[in-house]
Amino acid sequence: MIQYEVTFIVDPVLSGDEIKQTAKTYEDLLKDSGCTIVNNDAQGLKQLAYPIKKRTSGIYHVVEYTTPNGTFLPKFELALKRDERILRFLTVRLDKYGVKFNADKRAGLIGKKREKAKEEVKEEVRKAKPAAPAPKKATPAPAPAPAVAKAEEE
Amino acid sequence: MASRDDIKFLSNPNIGSQRKKYCRFKKYGIKHIDYRDPDFLLQFINEQGKILPRRITGTSLKYQKKIAVAVKRARHLAILPYVADLLK
Repeated sequence: MIQYEVTFIVDPVLSGDEIKQTAKTYEDLLKDSGCTIVNNDAQGLKQLAYPIKKRTSGIYHVVEYTTPNGTFLPKFELALKRDERILRFLTVRLDKYGVKFNADKRAGLIGKKREKAKEEVKEEVRKAKPAAPAPKKATPAPAPAPAVAKAEEE
Repeated sequence: MASRDDIKFLSNPNIGSQRKKYCRFKKYGIKHIDYRDPDFLLQFINEQGKILPRRITGTSLKYQKKIAVAVKRARHLAILPYVADLLK
């Protein structure tokens, strides 16, 4: 079994029902082609980084599915390409890490993990920072003293 | 008050010495880079939206390749811009 993930952007000008219908069309198409849908994630309206087909925002849908073989893919992608309601799409084959990542993300582990990782980084920075400026403060303070002392000696 | 023996350096010896760079993916065991996460990918691109080189981010070759692919996928899906100004 190969796991794929297709992300597509639906035109936001369409009405809510039409958008749902568009997403459902492709789900049904996948099911009809013998795929098992693992997860269907409607991410909603997002701002695009650059305009596509004169649209500045789009509705993102992510569908993960498994299939015994990839023979239906050209047909599926052609259908997406021909559809004017779809602004952009991308199919990605997931490796074992990708499958695990998505499963973990659904379980809510990834966000926390990343926060933890960030916290760790921050802590490191914090640890490093007090260590670094401390000698700075320590050295410049006594540093002028010998200079003055030297001056006095001279 | 510090005596003269305590003062070994007049200037801070830590100035100018850089902390060693490391590959964060290896250090924290991150195996998969999500192309749908713009906040994470933003750490690997500059203000113009260009991918930063390994010598700046310290990423290992294996993960630099994956970052490049993830950034390019994100650009295709309009999650990241192809060209930008003042991205950060």
